Amino acid sequence: MAVMTAPSRAAGVARRRTRNRNVRTFAGVALIVLWGLAPAYWMVVTAFRRVDYTFETSPWPTHVTLANFRTAFDTGLGNHFARALVNSLVVGAVTTALAMLVGVFCAYALARLQFRGKYVLLGVILASSMFPPVALVTPLFQLFTDLHWIGTYQALVIPDLSFALPLTIYILTAFFREMPWDLEEAARIDGCTQGQAFRKVILPLAAPGLFTTAILAFIAAWNEFLLSSELSSDRTQPVTVAIASFAGSQPHQEPYTAVMAAGTIVTVPLVLLVLLFQRRIVAGLTAGGVK
Amino acid sequence: MTTAVDTAPAPAAPSPAPAGGGRPRRRLLRGEGSGAPLLVLPTVVLLGIVIVYPVVRGVWMSFQKDPGLDKATGMFVQGGTAGFSNYTHWLLQQCAVASGGTTPCPSGNLGAEFWVAVGVTVFFTVASVSIELVLGMWFAMIMHRSFKGRGLLRASVLVPWAIPTAVTAKLWFFIFDYRGVANRLLGTHLLWMGDAWPARFAVVIADVWKTTPFIALLLLAGLQVIPDEVYEAAKMDGASAWQRFTRITLPLVRPALVVAVLFRTLDVLRIFDLPWILTGGGGGSGHATTTLSILVVQQIRQGFSSAAALSTITFLLIFAVAFVFVKFLGANVAGTPEEGR
Repeated sequence: MAVMTAPSRAAGVARRRTRNRNVRTFAGVALIVLWGLAPAYWMVVTAFRRVDYTFETSPWPTHVTLANFRTAFDTGLGNHFARALVNSLVVGAVTTALAMLVGVFCAYALARLQFRGKYVLLGVILASSMFPPVALVTPLFQLFTDLHWIGTYQALVIPDLSFALPLTIYILTAFFREMPWDLEEAARIDGCTQGQAFRKVILPLAAPGLFTTAILAFIAAWNEFLLSSELSSDRTQPVTVAIASFAGSQPHQEPYTAVMAAGTIVTVPLVLLVLLFQRRIVAGLTAGGVK
Repeated sequence: MTTAVDTAPAPAAPSPAPAGGGRPRRRLLRGEGSGAPLLVLPTVVLLGIVIVYPVVRGVWMSFQKDPGLDKATGMFVQGGTAGFSNYTHWLLQQCAVASGGTTPCPSGNLGAEFWVAVGVTVFFTVASVSIELVLGMWFAMIMHRSFKGRGLLRASVLVPWAIPTAVTAKLWFFIFDYRGVANRLLGTHLLWMGDAWPARFAVVIADVWKTTPFIALLLLAGLQVIPDEVYEAAKMDGASAWQRFTRITLPLVRPALVVAVLFRTLDVLRIFDLPWILTGGGGGSGHATTTLSILVVQQIRQGFSSAAALSTITFLLIFAVAFVFVKFLGANVAGTPEEGR
């Protein structure tokens, strides 16, 4: 580490400065890790704590119990958490599948082809991704009431597409721009059609990008709250809405430990996904942002 | 389907072009873009259904009267056009009265809360985005500098981002409980959700916690494209750390910075879940944390057309802010290849 050929005072100063810098960086790193993990850790610790010790502030797991998870799934209090989990899975999966199916072609065209109205379309897609969902809630609520769709899955999937589709196209376009398109040319010279070159050469190479985009779209749909809180019924309620209105055994008393248990269940799969694919997800999140 | 020969699977190995025979019967899409309309059409149709149609319907609704019982006559009315009365209801706080005219909305009416909601929304936006920006820049610089534990850092900043906002809101609701850990750590005895400003700051704190990581990641990506040589050269010329930050880092990271600010600004302007769940939509005496989006949802239960007018106002406001960003700050959100390539 030290520069052996410069045993002067300057080298010592530089070394000390480097060490100070390292200490500062290390402190910064510790702070960021604490920032990200401490509140989440608190949720998990509380989820495993006995309900009569809800406000215990010991930072370590104390009074450990699984009872809160049983309470979370208990339908006796009017909570239908298990059903809400299924609803969120179905709505998230269908939304993601539809958005990917439609978006992949559009993104390919945007990244790869020149056509009239390309930048107008890009602008429209960007504008839709910045669109406030409240502007959809009022007309859709009235429309779906007229159609007797409140309480159906399509009443949740269709509005979710309003943000999932622009998001999908946006990220996919950025991924596709980075692809080695020379290979497509090579395949075309070898006799493939444009469609074949896309299917056999580009698609396998794009698989990681597609997968990341699907994860991001699914997370967005899984986390959605505003549209589903207005457009779902008790039967189709997703987890976010269920958790927001979780009922406890005592009226007017928030069932914190059960809510934290439910929150942990909802969060753990996402956090695992994110940790497994963190490199890709960061690439997806920042795609297009800094090009 | 096609008669083409399978020469493609090993794209890396350049094989000689087949001599004619394997050409598909289908017309070759040689001219780039000739297939584009077909690829783009499903998206255009779907966006038309899920966004354009509701928006047009919403705008149309905002110029209608709600069908219902006319208070003056006690008769059921079929609605009809309302002109701009749904808009003046919000912007000028004019409420319709039985006699047919208008009167200033009494307090308690949602119309009277409009400018308060605008103020609250703008406060959330300015406070959250500016704190997130400073913290996010600092985070990004630390992440850029540290070589060890980069994976751990990235993982831990992604955790707040991955937790659903509804869960985040409940988590902070618990932390900000009177008997909760926030009061314990700060040594305070605040009723966070009971008073206006503590409730507002609780929302800002929770929002900053959740989204600073996102900004940090965007800015980190911006930092990573700055070549080290630039810093080396500046060091040789005797530039101090502060000078290097203000003269090199900031200008070069500016494109990423502008995009991050734009995304976050538009995000907070439409904020709903966090204040709605964290403070029960009210906070303080009832409307301390009511944002424009929350006001729309509250209005839906009292009349569609007024709610449609308010959501149109919200939409126009956000659109105007986005326009200013793209037009005057030169946010290159589209990542158009013409620039920087």
